[in-house]
Amino acid sequence: MSEREVLELLRENARYSTADIARMTDLDESEVAAAIDDLEAAGVVQGYQAVVDWDELEEERVRAEVELNVRLDRETGYDDIAERLARFPEVTALRLVSGDYDFDMEVEGDSIREVSQFISEKVAPVPEITQTVTHYVMTSYKENGIEFGDGEEDDRLSFSP
Amino acid sequence: MPLDLSDRVQTVPPSGIRRFFEIAEERDDVISLGVGEPDFATPWAARDAAIASLEAGKTAYTANRGKRELRERIADYVADGFGLEYDPADEIIVTAGASEAVDLAFRALVDPGDTVAIAQPSYISYEPGVIFAGGEVLSVPTSKADEFTLTVEALESAGADEADLLVLCYPNNPTGAVMSEAELEPIADFAREHDLTVLSDEIYAELTYNGSHTSIATLDGMRERTIVFNGFSKAHAMTGLRLGYALGPAKAINAMNKIHQYTMLSAPTTAQHAAIEALNSCDEEVREMVAQYDRRRQFVLSRFREIGLDVFEAKGAFYCFPEVPNGWTAEEFAEGVLREEGVAVVPGDVFGAGGEGHLRVSYATGLNDLREALDRIEAFVEEHV
Repeated sequence: MSEREVLELLRENARYSTADIARMTDLDESEVAAAIDDLEAAGVVQGYQAVVDWDELEEERVRAEVELNVRLDRETGYDDIAERLARFPEVTALRLVSGDYDFDMEVEGDSIREVSQFISEKVAPVPEITQTVTHYVMTSYKENGIEFGDGEEDDRLSFSP
Repeated sequence: MPLDLSDRVQTVPPSGIRRFFEIAEERDDVISLGVGEPDFATPWAARDAAIASLEAGKTAYTANRGKRELRERIADYVADGFGLEYDPADEIIVTAGASEAVDLAFRALVDPGDTVAIAQPSYISYEPGVIFAGGEVLSVPTSKADEFTLTVEALESAGADEADLLVLCYPNNPTGAVMSEAELEPIADFAREHDLTVLSDEIYAELTYNGSHTSIATLDGMRERTIVFNGFSKAHAMTGLRLGYALGPAKAINAMNKIHQYTMLSAPTTAQHAAIEALNSCDEEVREMVAQYDRRRQFVLSRFREIGLDVFEAKGAFYCFPEVPNGWTAEEFAEGVLREEGVAVVPGDVFGAGGEGHLRVSYATGLNDLREALDRIEAFVEEHV
């Protein structure tokens, strides 16, 4: 149960120190550290990353959501195709989804040209892939549960009874 | 002479925190732990119900006592949550915030010269409310030694046996203290023995950590002599919607309603629609907010202990009440930490007897701000103590 609580806090902010997490829970620091070790060792926690609002940076960052349709055969399943696609560093997320298409793939690059080339030269030629539909991301409002923008003004009085 | 102000109004001193307001205005990087209201927005379903009621044009007065449906929902809520059984017909009144309900009770029950004992430190409105009603205030200080719970010894040494009414607020603003059933029993005995009417402000009841809230009105023989106050401001994060209620015997609620119907007429209609929905479908949001407060509570208590300020284990509301270091008054410390570090806290003496030498620190603020604020307080202590 304590692991669950630690996980919840790390999901809220992975940069909470073990000391901070210990202060917020009934655990002591060594128990928090052990819980994090266990979560990592069990593969529950796969990594930690910054959530970036690229619009706040000068340099361009192009991201696209790509719908992929695939055709399976006796030798090739979804996992085989996924494994092959996931290896590309340009692919930042890959999910098998229900609905009109099979895979939902997120791709990142430095330019539209780079991303387009990647899809046309690396993804589309994969024999099992029958169709790709690429949606370039225009604006991101929220990522990983974090809303972008200046945040809401706290309009409360600084003192109230 | 024109505009000859009443003695009652002139007797009441201006609020002790006005000066701090002005200092806080001078800086733009102030993190305020001086706030007595939630940092969460009202649960969406409740806001949506308010919007829908406005769209449907439901903007007329309601029944004086509040919409029947709301009173029924309140009756169910307090029965399920706290074992309080009240008849929505004539034992519940919905008011513009619990503050209005407290004021109504003073005006309905206090005659000139009556004595109202107030367990302090406490919310700052009780004392003026008693004075406006023409009564005399008797401060009953509680202390850190008792973790700011009220004891019979405190009542006796203050002379509360001679009082007519007793005002309690647990979970407490400003200390965060709670009182268990075992701690309330002797207070109930005292009230019965000395024939005191008890006004129990339970606005923070839902914000009780590691245990459940006990209302003094549920103890033997107390229902007939107690008025309970609660509302939607704290647990449902609805402060600006101004909605509270009182529960009590019909005799008292009818008397309060008489004043309410001539002065307020009815509580805000839009807020009543929001409140019905809040009780119908927002339990999960309330639980989530309580969980967040509890996490912050533990964080803030831990940090004060690390910083070296003595703090008792506050178990309710969203306040903790650390002691200032030796040689400081609460006001000096609060002013210093505001001017030098830009952290706003409220000196405990603002809340009456027993509050001196302490700070009310609200944790109704996000963890990132709390972390930063506590680091700044630590820097202030390292620099000066």
